This record gives sequence, C-alpha cells and structure tokens, in this order.
Amino acid sequence: MPIKHSDEYRDAEISKHLANRIHATSTQNIRLMEVCGTHTVSIFRSGIRSILPDTIALLSGPGCPVCVTDQGEIDAFIELARQDDVIITTFGDLMRVPGSNSSLQNERAAGQDIRMVYSTFDALQVAKDHPDKQIIFLGVGFETTAPTIAAAIKSAAQDNVDNFSVISAHKLVPPALEALMGLENVEIDGFILPGHVSVIIGLEAYRPFFDRYNIPCVVAGFEPTDILSAIQMLVTQIKDKTPRLDNAYPRAVTNKGNTKAQDLLKEIFEIADACWRGIGIIPASGLQIRDAFAVHDAAKRFDVSVGSSKSLKGCACGEILTGHKTPPECALYKKACTPTDPVGPCMVSTEGTCAAYFRYHAD
Amino acid sequence: MCLAIPSQITKIENEIATIDVDGVQRQASLLLLEDAAVGDYVIVHAGFAIKQIDESAAKETLTLLKEAAALVENEGGDRSKD
Ligand code: SF4
Repeated sequence: MPIKHSDEYRDAEISKHLANRIHATSTQNIRLMEVCGTHTVSIFRSGIRSILPDTIALLSGPGCPVCVTDQGEIDAFIELARQDDVIITTFGDLMRVPGSNSSLQNERAAGQDIRMVYSTFDALQVAKDHPDKQIIFLGVGFETTAPTIAAAIKSAAQDNVDNFSVISAHKLVPPALEALMGLENVEIDGFILPGHVSVIIGLEAYRPFFDRYNIPCVVAGFEPTDILSAIQMLVTQIKDKTPRLDNAYPRAVTNKGNTKAQDLLKEIFEIADACWRGIGIIPASGLQIRDAFAVHDAAKRFDVSVGSSKSLKGCACGEILTGHKTPPECALYKKACTPTDPVGPCMVSTEGTCAAYFRYHAD
Repeated sequence: MCLAIPSQITKIENEIATIDVDGVQRQASLLLLEDAAVGDYVIVHAGFAIKQIDESAAKETLTLLKEAAALVENEGGDRSKD
C-alpha cells in the first residue's frame, strides 16, 4: 500500500500515545504559541486541546495573513477598488474584512468589479481577457503565498501584460517572531513554527531568531500526530531546559527550504518595513516590488499610499494576535461579533482565532 | 487557503501538473519546483506546487511514531516494498 501522506498521520492510537507521553512529561505550566492560522484551525478541529494536560496553554499567534493585515492596508485596498476601470482580484477571505468605513464586499455591492480567484494565474488570465481594464491583485500572505505572486508578476513582465499589477502587503514570519519577543509582558515558552512557510524558507531561516532568544522552537506539519509530536518535543525541551530549533515535519521541510521559490522572491521583491495589525511597524518584515517591475506595482501606478488608520473600536484582534488575550476575553466576542456579522478580521478569516473559537470551542 | 493534504501528480504538461485531490482532478503550476515527476506527492498552495514530499523522511517519521506507540510489530515489514 503506498503512503497517502495524510491518513497515516491521523492515527488515533498514535495520537493517544503521544498525548500520554505529553501528560507524563509536562509538569510545569507552559504557554506555547502556534504561529500559523492553519495550525490553529487544525488544533481545534482535531480536538487536540481537549486531550492536552491543563498545564499546557496554546496561544494563537500572528499567522493568519488576513488577520495581521493592517487597517491602513485594508483602506488602501478599498481606495484601489474605487478607481475607474479597475478589476480587483483577491483571495476570498479578504472580502468581508471591515476597513475604516467600508469593506470590499460593500464596494462590490455598490457596483465595483471585485473578483475572487483561486490562484494568481487566474488573476493574470483576467488581465489577458480584459486588456481595456486595469487588473489589480491584492497581495496578502506570508512567505508561502508571496512566491506565487512573484511568479505571476514575472509572467506578466515576460508576456507584457501591462494591465496587471499587485499591491504588495506581504509579511515575513521570522521578523514577526522577533517583534513578538520584544513586546512587553510576553509570556511564551515555546513556538510551534508554521509548516508551509517553513517549506519555503527552510529550518535555518529561524536560526538567527533562535540564537538570539534561545527559546524552544519546533516546525510542525498539519495532521494531529504532526502537531502532537511537535508539542511533545517542545514539552521535553522545556522540561530539560535544552532549547532547540527542531523539525517535526521533515517530509516537507528541509534546512534550506525551497531555493527556487526564494530566488524568485528575491528577483521580484525587496525587503521593506511592514505594518502589522496589533503590533505596528516591524522593520524589514515585508516585501515591496522592485523598481525594475514598477509597471506591475499598484502602489506606484495608482499612487495609493498605505496610511496608518485607527484599529476597529472595541476589537481585541491585536491583543489576540500577540497572545495577550483569548477571544472570550474580548467584550464583543459572540455578542456584537459573530462569523455572520464579524467586527474584526480574526472573526472574518476562516483561519482567524476568533472564528476558530466560535466554531469549535464550547464555553 | 492552505491545502495541507499532499496530492499526487497524474500528468505534467507545460509546467502545469494535473493533481488528484481525493479523486478530483485539479491543476497546479510547477514553476516553484525544481524537478517534479508524475507520481510525486506534492504540497499545493494557492494553485502552485511548493514541495515534493520526501518519501524516505515520511516513512522514517511514520516508523518512529509507530515504534514509539508500540504499534510497529503489528504492521509487518511490507512497507519497505511500496
Ligand atoms: S471577537 Fe470580534 S471584535 Fe473581538 S477580537 Fe475577535 S474579531 Fe475582534
């Protein structure tokens, strides 16, 4: 029987055994942060929280791309959508995120042409099909998504698809980890590092961060046994006081990562500062399009500046993304803010912590 | 947005792979991969294959997990032939 690389890692017996080992090892109270939104959802869906000992608190970090997109960036997207003769293309999750006074969904209802696409090449196809329009792709995401956007920009440049441009609001994970550790009152004892960001950047990309803070770090895959074995490694490291940078997802993550994707990123983008919801500006944590590809840079073409806007009133997304609060500690959670009528991005995005709590957390 | 489950490549044409996702055929660009072949399991993100699964690392992980859970003796040794 060939391995399917999914079912095998959902084995209930193995999960039970890993949970038992975690119970046996975990004596002190610890707080672990799962940085990635896909981990948050997987942890809830598989019921991992309910089989862990009370000594382990899991916090969701700044790893849901839509959630960390700053209010000012959302407002810039909406400003772009209001330009004449443009078609906005985006991944679906962004549609309902409230800006300061509108959302993309509202703009579409008001008649703007805003389309959800599955991949950046679909957006490029829209541009080829509508040479009389300007097609703008909203570039949101981490190191996993950014290469797919770089590939589209490169293709657009090669094929002279001059009516295709991207507004780059990409974010980078290692600088965000640095910024988190620099915040006041951080209480994080270990990190479950994202699986697919790490596929691209490789395990060694975290080495400078790890060397600086000497905090337990383990890259994890997305199946229950992947996450449990990462937690078990973290608990052991903490107990033995031997912090390490470990890889619990070796079938997909290598030390060097995907160098072809990294080269493409470097070709199209350069490192820039970026503004994160709830954290603010983090130096060298974003990507801007290089001047050589300025034709495809929507920020330059449409002269839209990404200003700083106030965060949404009463929404605690910022504190949730930094591990300072959990959703039930937000006064609006389940009251004014629900998935059908969300106030903040953490409730809008399927990878958002508030949405995951709402769907899976019985409280 | 993250499709965490690896999919198998069934066909490759002009750097576009046809992949099998639980019996449904979809397309994925191979522009971000160095060398992909039909039969490979790949991780797909937003329409792009971003990594082949390392079969030997996958088998090793499973063996370690199963050994740790003391399940391995029930499985027999047939996995090495796959
Ligand atoms: S429950 Fe709603 S308002 Fe509160 S932090 Fe989450 S998204 Fe924001």
